Amino acid sequence: MTATLSRIELMRGLVGMLRDEAVVAGIGNTNFDLYAAGHRSQNFYMLGSMGLAFPIALGVALAQPRRRVIGIEGDGSLLMNLGCLATIAMVAPANLTLVVMDNGVYEITGGQPTASAQRCDFVEVARATGIAHSAWAQDTSDFVRLVQAALERTGPSLIGARIERGPAIAQPPRDPAQIRDRFMQAMGSRKGFGA
Amino acid sequence: MPSDSAWAGVVLAALRKHDVRLAVYVPDKVLIPLIDGVHADPFFTAFTATREEEGVGICAGAWMGGLRSILMMQTSGFGNVPNALASLAVAYQIPVVMLVSERGSLGEVNVGQVWSSRVVAPVCDALGIPHQTIERLEDLAFVVDRSIVQAHATQTPVVLVLSPLLTGGKVFAA
Repeated sequence: MTATLSRIELMRGLVGMLRDEAVVAGIGNTNFDLYAAGHRSQNFYMLGSMGLAFPIALGVALAQPRRRVIGIEGDGSLLMNLGCLATIAMVAPANLTLVVMDNGVYEITGGQPTASAQRCDFVEVARATGIAHSAWAQDTSDFVRLVQAALERTGPSLIGARIERGPAIAQPPRDPAQIRDRFMQAMGSRKGFGA
Repeated sequence: MPSDSAWAGVVLAALRKHDVRLAVYVPDKVLIPLIDGVHADPFFTAFTATREEEGVGICAGAWMGGLRSILMMQTSGFGNVPNALASLAVAYQIPVVMLVSERGSLGEVNVGQVWSSRVVAPVCDALGIPHQTIERLEDLAFVVDRSIVQAHATQTPVVLVLSPLLTGGKVFAA
């Protein structure tokens, strides 16, 4: 068992190393933390569709093979859709990095324990599906090092972080059309109206 | 009654015409000619999703990245997607184009398929998603062509149900 890490420190560490990477973050605290760590137009914030952060990130990765794509998902969300790890291992996109923020509870619904609180180990699950480069971060600097290595690697990687509990310090505006449009403009797949 | 897979060729031609290069599916026996067709042509990237809502996520992400897609499933699988459609495709105005093989009608022997197939139209109506059931080969090219155009122009998902009257449906041993 690794140490319990600060969510916002991890997210600040991740955002701090980014350039033009796309980041897709799952519902609840995962995308709240991504926003709180510093908004970027290459971020996609989910308002629902629990469990689809990694599939959405896979779609972006397939559409933009020259861009690095990061999916960030919570433990409860990933448990809803573990099969997506097998799909990602099968498709084996060169440019996709998966991050699992695991605090062992459904934080946003009141802290009910997830199945990963006791037995389920997402890094072992990912390895078993065929995502060979899967590891738990031992501390914040190890997390940053693992993400950096993943961003330089050809093929999918998964990084797990066992994180603290608690509320997020900020939330993005809940305007899906604006979130999507800004993201697409940042991806270069949509032109704006201009200044 | 159709006995060949001419319908699949019509769909493949429409996909190529509209630069729909990603094909994600949860398998269905009736869809085999189409599934085989997308795997046989390097124009397409084709693979299975483990569940239909996973496919909605993949196709939504692909479109936001600039890649058009088709999501294929059977009617029972459509029952898995309402939340993904409501909170992702509809809420974010993302054109997920779905091709749904109709089970549960015209000779179905599995009662489980009968009930699940009946959710398709009410779910689409509740979410304001255009849906068409295609029964005749002569309608197919027009409906698929125009539906792909409208979905992308209006940033709305679309559901195209392939009737057994078009595909021959799943044939059961007597």
